[in-house]
Amino acid sequence: MLRVDGVTVRFGSVEAVSDASLEIADGSVVALLGPSGCGKSTLLRAVAGLEPAAGRVSWDGTDLAGVPVHKRGFGLVFQDGQLFPHRDVAGNVAFGLRMAGVERAERDARVESLLELVGLGGYGKRRVTELSGGEQQRVALARALAPRPRLLLLDEPLSALDRALREQLAVDLARLLRTAGTTALVVTHDHDEAFTLADRVAVMRAGRIVQTGQPDDVWRCPADESTAEFLGCGTFLDGKAQQGEVDTDLGPIHLPWAPDGAVRLGLRPTALKVGDGPLSGEVTARVHRRDHVRLTVAVGDRTLDAVAPVAATPPVGAAVTLAVDPDGVSVIGADG
Amino acid sequence: MARGRPRLAGPLAAAALPLGFLAVFFLWPVAAIIRLGIGPGVTRALTAGRTWDLVAFTLGQAAAATAIALVAGLPVAFLLARTSVRGNGFVRAVVMVPFVLPTVVVGLAFRALLPSAGVLAIVLANAFFNVAVVARTVAGLWSHVDRRAEDAARALGASRVRTFLAVTLPALRPAIGSAAAVVFLFCATSFGVVLMLGGGEYGTLETEIYLRTVQLFDLPGAAALSLLQVVAVVAVLVAGALVRRRSTALRLRGRADTARRPSGGEWVVVAAAYAVVAALLVPVATLVARSFESGLDGYRALAGRGYRGSLDVTGWQAVVNSLRAATDATLIALVLGTLACVALVSLGRARIRPGIVESVDTALMLPLGVSAVTVGFGYLVTLDALPGDLRTSAALVPLAQALVVTPLVIRMLLPVLRSIDDRLRQAAATLGASPWRVWREVDVPLAARSFLGATAFGYVVALGEFGATSFLARPDSATLPVVIGRLVGRPGELNNQMAYAGCALLMLVTIAAVVIVDRLRVGSVGEF
Repeated sequence: MLRVDGVTVRFGSVEAVSDASLEIADGSVVALLGPSGCGKSTLLRAVAGLEPAAGRVSWDGTDLAGVPVHKRGFGLVFQDGQLFPHRDVAGNVAFGLRMAGVERAERDARVESLLELVGLGGYGKRRVTELSGGEQQRVALARALAPRPRLLLLDEPLSALDRALREQLAVDLARLLRTAGTTALVVTHDHDEAFTLADRVAVMRAGRIVQTGQPDDVWRCPADESTAEFLGCGTFLDGKAQQGEVDTDLGPIHLPWAPDGAVRLGLRPTALKVGDGPLSGEVTARVHRRDHVRLTVAVGDRTLDAVAPVAATPPVGAAVTLAVDPDGVSVIGADG
Repeated sequence: MARGRPRLAGPLAAAALPLGFLAVFFLWPVAAIIRLGIGPGVTRALTAGRTWDLVAFTLGQAAAATAIALVAGLPVAFLLARTSVRGNGFVRAVVMVPFVLPTVVVGLAFRALLPSAGVLAIVLANAFFNVAVVARTVAGLWSHVDRRAEDAARALGASRVRTFLAVTLPALRPAIGSAAAVVFLFCATSFGVVLMLGGGEYGTLETEIYLRTVQLFDLPGAAALSLLQVVAVVAVLVAGALVRRRSTALRLRGRADTARRPSGGEWVVVAAAYAVVAALLVPVATLVARSFESGLDGYRALAGRGYRGSLDVTGWQAVVNSLRAATDATLIALVLGTLACVALVSLGRARIRPGIVESVDTALMLPLGVSAVTVGFGYLVTLDALPGDLRTSAALVPLAQALVVTPLVIRMLLPVLRSIDDRLRQAAATLGASPWRVWREVDVPLAARSFLGATAFGYVVALGEFGATSFLARPDSATLPVVIGRLVGRPGELNNQMAYAGCALLMLVTIAAVVIVDRLRVGSVGEF
């Protein structure tokens, strides 16, 4: 089990990571989620031993302070692969095994099985410069997994890839990590990616970990408004909750997990859908997104984001009614 | 886990040997010259009208040669960096040849070409050497400058010329400044060319130091002039470093993204580049032609000691001396240069203040700028203090040559080592490679070709070294360039023929080395 206790990383006078604490249980995947520049990669590098840091990083209770990078047994995958250009695919995957002194025959067998695992069986003799970005990233993953690291560190592993590939690879990666029972720390700025891959999510902002929890808890109950905004909420409103019913300006919303009393809600665009509902307003703008159309609707003196199905999009200027979908609503600071 | 900086003991130990070598075989001799120079000699030298004539001529010819090298080098840089024209590999190699040609060879070639054009011949010969420095240094940056800034300027309505002046030129300024500083330095301290082309009529500080030491035995006067020269060199180096420092924040890209087929007016520039390449070939061709003027007489004469025994060694003995000294010098330079690079790269990675790394870097470049004659002179006045009096030792020549070659080795290895993404090494480390193993598995294989290139390149530079060697070589251990220098100064047509034949041989070796380096595709040869 990895424990990070009060780790602080400074670059000159700037504190890139402030007093971060984190635990990763064996076999679980934790995502460090945050906007770029929040210090999440720096924290990952501190765990790897690549960044001098104050505080304590320990594995199964053993302090890693004096343990150099190459003796930690942590695998690392970079955003852009960083494959060794002078070695072929098999040579890259075998690298860690050679360092560990694994016998030739065993090494070859393990390399082949790992290439199979990442879907690149038979690619061993290829030059790494001939591979596509997605293939390179798969090789990087196989290379990191080959020496059976006790912890796998993934630094924005899919960010350099284009969208379609990214989504497919995220699903593959999630399956791969689950079946192998890998303990992993993933750094990402993409919440889809974090929620696809991780058992637990730690949200970072300005060098601090502001919230840690299960993906759906974080999704439904962000710790504060900034976290909610980062997770896609654009509209905020106050309400009063009683037994799972929240009374708001927009009418009552059914939120079983909301604690009784005054609550603050964050609404994602998907919280408001065109259809039968209590709200009426006028469409002022529309933007076609991948699987829906995003509308801006003036309701009274408020401007709200809402969604409409692609097939039946009201034109700009049309009067529409909006229904509230509780699935798109977060309760801020409710703490799961 | 309060970890400090990565351990510095290793890199510092690696730096100790090159810096120690620099201290004993460079700083000490030069300091001794400076001390010798500060005395009654200084006032006498500084008040003499002849001194200031020399200074004016030295700086004037260097400035003119630098200007010509810049004008000739820029189109070639464009051709190499921005176009994908067939034959660019050939151009790259041809441009490189003059830079490694021994100075005596170039001097002799221009003497054959322009027999009576003193100043013009000196300026052109110095420029001839250094077109490569401009072309390669500027092309090195140019090929990585994002072309889209220029595309944007064109899209905003700027003409080609306007775009070049307003967008491209400012982006290239660091490379142009750096190249100009280095070229100016080389021209101001160029020795062999001036000695061979100036006759008794034109001289620079460098040749004057030599004459005063060797012929007039005016050591204080020579030392005073050396001091003057050291001051000028340090000033130019500092200016160059300042220009380079302001070179951050450029968006750099892989070179494949920036090379295109030339279009429209760009063909004019390409044609100019080819004209420069053709002009570079003229002296080379002249020299070869002259060496065969009376058949193979010159080559046959190499077996003897020249017309009426002008030499203490035969031509072939000089060849053997050259090969032996160059081999030793190259080995020393490779060891020192590699250690220095390891130290510089490690220090850079340890996040030491960049200023410190840069000063060490500049210090290691100093021998390139300070005149070889000054160094050779310095050896004569200091090295008797070392055990075994090196002054009479045959080891002195290789040591002096190594001093000249080491900075070039560093310039070839360092950019490659620095360009290796640190995360590649970190990936190796997380896979279980110890710091030593990371060097062996990542840096060594990736820098291997540059290392071979540096070997070939260093070897020819050592082979052609003239300034320090002519000071230090004993008559019986004279190298081929020294022999050529002596032959030219003696009467007799046979001596001339022999000199031309020797030059042609040296040139052959040089071209072979350039071809090898080019085949190895080492990117950073001659980039400063």
